[in-house]
Amino acid sequence: MLWARQTAKADLVIRGARVLDPVEGLDATVDVRIDGGTIAAIGHDLEANGHRVVDAAGLLLAPAFVDPHVHLRTPGREDEETIASGTAAAAAGGYCAVLAMPNTDPVVDSASILRALSGAAAQEAEIPVGFLAAISKASEGRQLTEMGELADCGAAGFSDDGRPVAEAGLLRRALQYGTITGRPLALHCEEPTLSRDGQMHEGAVSAELGFTGYPSVAESVMVERDLAIAAYEQLPLHVLHLSARESVDALARAQNAGLPVSGEATPHHLCLTDEAVRTLDPNVKMNPPLRADTDRAALVDGLRDGTIAAVATDHAPHARHEKEVPFEAAPFGVTGLETAFPALYTHLVEPGVLRLETVLERMSAGPARIFGLDRPRIEVGAAANVTLIDTNASWRVTEDGFRSRSTNSWLLGQTLRGKVRLTVAAGRVAFEQ
Amino acid sequence: MAEIRVMRDELRPPDPPARRHLISIADLTRDDVERLLATARSFARSLEREVKKLPTLRGHTVVNVFYESSTRTSSSFELAAKRLSADTMSIKAAGSSVDKGESLKDTALTLAAYDPDVIVLRHPQIGAPQLVARVTEAHVVNAGDGKHQHPTQALLDLYTIQEEFGRIEGLHVAIVGDVLHSRVARSNIQALVLLGARVTLVAPPPLLPRGIEALGCSTSTEIGTIAAADVVYVLRMQQERMQEGTSYVPTLREYAARWGVTAERLRPGQKVMHPGPMNRGVEIDPAVADAPESLIETQVRAGLVVRMAVLYDLLTHGPVAAPALAIHEVA
Repeated sequence: MLWARQTAKADLVIRGARVLDPVEGLDATVDVRIDGGTIAAIGHDLEANGHRVVDAAGLLLAPAFVDPHVHLRTPGREDEETIASGTAAAAAGGYCAVLAMPNTDPVVDSASILRALSGAAAQEAEIPVGFLAAISKASEGRQLTEMGELADCGAAGFSDDGRPVAEAGLLRRALQYGTITGRPLALHCEEPTLSRDGQMHEGAVSAELGFTGYPSVAESVMVERDLAIAAYEQLPLHVLHLSARESVDALARAQNAGLPVSGEATPHHLCLTDEAVRTLDPNVKMNPPLRADTDRAALVDGLRDGTIAAVATDHAPHARHEKEVPFEAAPFGVTGLETAFPALYTHLVEPGVLRLETVLERMSAGPARIFGLDRPRIEVGAAANVTLIDTNASWRVTEDGFRSRSTNSWLLGQTLRGKVRLTVAAGRVAFEQ
Repeated sequence: MAEIRVMRDELRPPDPPARRHLISIADLTRDDVERLLATARSFARSLEREVKKLPTLRGHTVVNVFYESSTRTSSSFELAAKRLSADTMSIKAAGSSVDKGESLKDTALTLAAYDPDVIVLRHPQIGAPQLVARVTEAHVVNAGDGKHQHPTQALLDLYTIQEEFGRIEGLHVAIVGDVLHSRVARSNIQALVLLGARVTLVAPPPLLPRGIEALGCSTSTEIGTIAAADVVYVLRMQQERMQEGTSYVPTLREYAARWGVTAERLRPGQKVMHPGPMNRGVEIDPAVADAPESLIETQVRAGLVVRMAVLYDLLTHGPVAAPALAIHEVA
């Protein structure tokens, strides 16, 4: 279930954009009319019907994005992000829905906490937001949460994100028991005894800089373990923030064997390698870490061929003072909601590495499918979930440009191409610039 | 796989002016290193005089900030600054606001209020000198940041080798011990390779960082390989490496037996170095440490003149055509 504050449904005519919905097979320069939050007409020279007209000539209108993996830091760290600020950031990034991870303080591991959150979201969320609940109490990996009741309260899925489910036996029980919920299990794959004290990818760069390495095998060995359990049980699971080539290979093998398993990758893992850590900028420190170029290339290939069905930002806001410390002391995580599309467009679409259609699908229909959400689509009769993007606009990422409460972006100082101008989420104008 | 643009250049902050700081050996060219060594040599000559103090850096302020204990490095930086007539101030983490939880950034900003020309920083975390360099106007000299770099140690080691052999190019240096956790090893590998020496790392397999060969050195797990070297550089072996959950080697006893540098494992005439502090009987046999082939005391003396050269070089902004001449003029 998703929650958002209720405001007036939009009446709009978006005129003259390139309307591109890769799943619907739509790619045409046409007008789109939205009546009361529903797409009412797609065609040439549509009547305005007294609606506001948005001149969108030269812009791109696409299904709005879905982010299956964000951290809204609420409850507990509202100084870093709130439901209001995080969803405003999402709207500015072209998103019409986000799913928040439960590793808050306290962890979302009981129906009462989930109810409080969804109640707050219904008051303040700028776009629909869903909440994953924890797999284990306090995400400590010992005792399952009351998954049935949590699902009844609308949990979008289950995850102990931030930590692995270290015990294979508990993961197996979670997979088995979780079938009563019909909601996916989303797994942070990390073998903690292999990643212990790890600060960055283990390789030539960590050897030179002196960091304790967080080897790719720390992820892939856990991906392999979890997929083996899923295969044994013949049950679905979703692998969060893939970073290593071996993990992508393992996921592809499992899918080829017919297993209903899925994976996601973040813009930073798709665009950067461990070479970026040479700057010692704490804004390139995340878990899992940036890896070698062969890993990054495997993620891009996996996204292209569909092994990786979703782009997820893993938007992880951190207070400025917590990132203004030596790299080694900084917490893991970077923001991403407001820069995801421009980053991928600038670094992968414009250079011709990925097709625009692929990126749009993996940012919207792909994640929606994994989590059983309505697919944002540009079709008469569908709820209006669209984003209008100026792909010719260049803009510089600066600290004062964010709607997020935090500014720990790996893109600070970079000039990106592609700027969101308008986001309509669940039929409401959530962002306009 | 299509061509993918490499983005690391765009991510880099703009290059600072040349050698504003000394944070890593990787920031130096061969010319830089050779100039620093030449400057250090001229300071060594000046220290043979009766009046050892030079007025060169009069009016400059050098602040030493040490977040980790240190004997050699902190004392030699302080004396180096004093020998050059700079004003010095030394702050240790214990007993300062750091004890009260002050962040490195705030401590740096507090010190910056005194307009120091140089901040010498020793810190347990990689990236600390970069942070201080970002938030202050001072030249930052890295006196050791976690497992990353200890560039002045490498420079004084080069100086020591140069004094002993008259050259560095073409020499073979074996670095023995806990390379994984050693900032000294990392700085020395880079510095020695930069000056044309051959470097072999000798360590138990878990203490050899994966990928370290990319720095241009070779590796071995066999202690016998040190016999081929001109210089055997021994690293400190720390007790905490044997703790539960981090068993890099089973015991110190087994380490000493298999990788300890003993007289039997050395070839006559081989020189032995150690950055200190030593664990006698663990990584180095006491007889080896005290033998005439040991350059360990020379290293300590070199520390003073090399650090004088580093301070001088940073504060006089770059290449000095004839450093010896310049110093004799002011002396």
